[in-house]
Amino acid sequence: MRVGVVTFPGSNCDYDLYKAAQQIGAKVEFIWHRQKNLDGYDALMLPGGFSYGDYLRAGAIARISPVMEDIVGFAEKGGPVLGICNGFQILCEAGLLPGALVRNDSLRFESKDIHLRVEQTDTPFTSEYQKGQTLRMPIAHGEGNYEADDQLLEELEAEKRVVFRYASSDGELSDEANPNGSKNSIAGLTNKSGNVLGMMPHPERAMEEILGSTDGVGVFLSLATNLSTVVL
Amino acid sequence: MNHFRMEILVKPRPGLLDPQGKAIHHALRSLGWSDTQNVRVGKAIYIDLEAEDSDTALETAQAMCRKILANPVTEDFEVSIVENTERITA
Repeated sequence: MRVGVVTFPGSNCDYDLYKAAQQIGAKVEFIWHRQKNLDGYDALMLPGGFSYGDYLRAGAIARISPVMEDIVGFAEKGGPVLGICNGFQILCEAGLLPGALVRNDSLRFESKDIHLRVEQTDTPFTSEYQKGQTLRMPIAHGEGNYEADDQLLEELEAEKRVVFRYASSDGELSDEANPNGSKNSIAGLTNKSGNVLGMMPHPERAMEEILGSTDGVGVFLSLATNLSTVVL
Repeated sequence: MNHFRMEILVKPRPGLLDPQGKAIHHALRSLGWSDTQNVRVGKAIYIDLEAEDSDTALETAQAMCRKILANPVTEDFEVSIVENTERITA
């Protein structure tokens, strides 16, 4: 599996993501945001960070980077694209995922471990998890409050595109367990065809016991398993 | 071509939670302005541009808003020409 980790000016989780993909046996390469031609990659990953200083809106400037045109093309052809944190914000700004991420309702930058409930396991990113399983991993964001109108929320729920929700450690949904005010406690969702996933929590920071959790491994392992059986 | 200075107001959409406005609201109340009802925070963006006429200038600025300056999911925008003689000084 050949994975590309896209680096924008201001990305800061790119090495974590590189290591995470490497850990499950992928051949990983950094892709600079000016690069054109992304032939030969099996999956693309957009890391967290503060691309372009979050100027204008988080992800708004990054999504007009030269590399984005090819990422959109790759996604439209069914290639798996994973956006984490700022990567999620960029995917929303680029229109690959619907809705938007606005400022946390807590008014704070939230940097802590949270729990997630796995809602869907028939995606290339979550097939190694059990439905309803709770995961622990870190969040670190100021703008992770998922915003969508009622019509879009209905559509996302009907099409089972909400993949992760913020929950308590025993999997219950509540306002207390929702760290940023996201509608329907949404922490991660896919596009219509299921090959693009955006999520605010950081699975790449939950890959080893020494980091406090290994619950993030499933995301990368799922991708590796699915890619070994699918020819793009 | 004529010179126009555009003022673009980008505002959080009605109903959308605006935590920044909320924080400022609290600050104003704690400073004694207890009658303060609501605070909403947006952005003002100023752009100098060259255009044939004011209609073209407005259309250009609106296109900029739709393409990048505002996020249609969360923000509304308003475009106007504030004056067309002096340039923005850096």
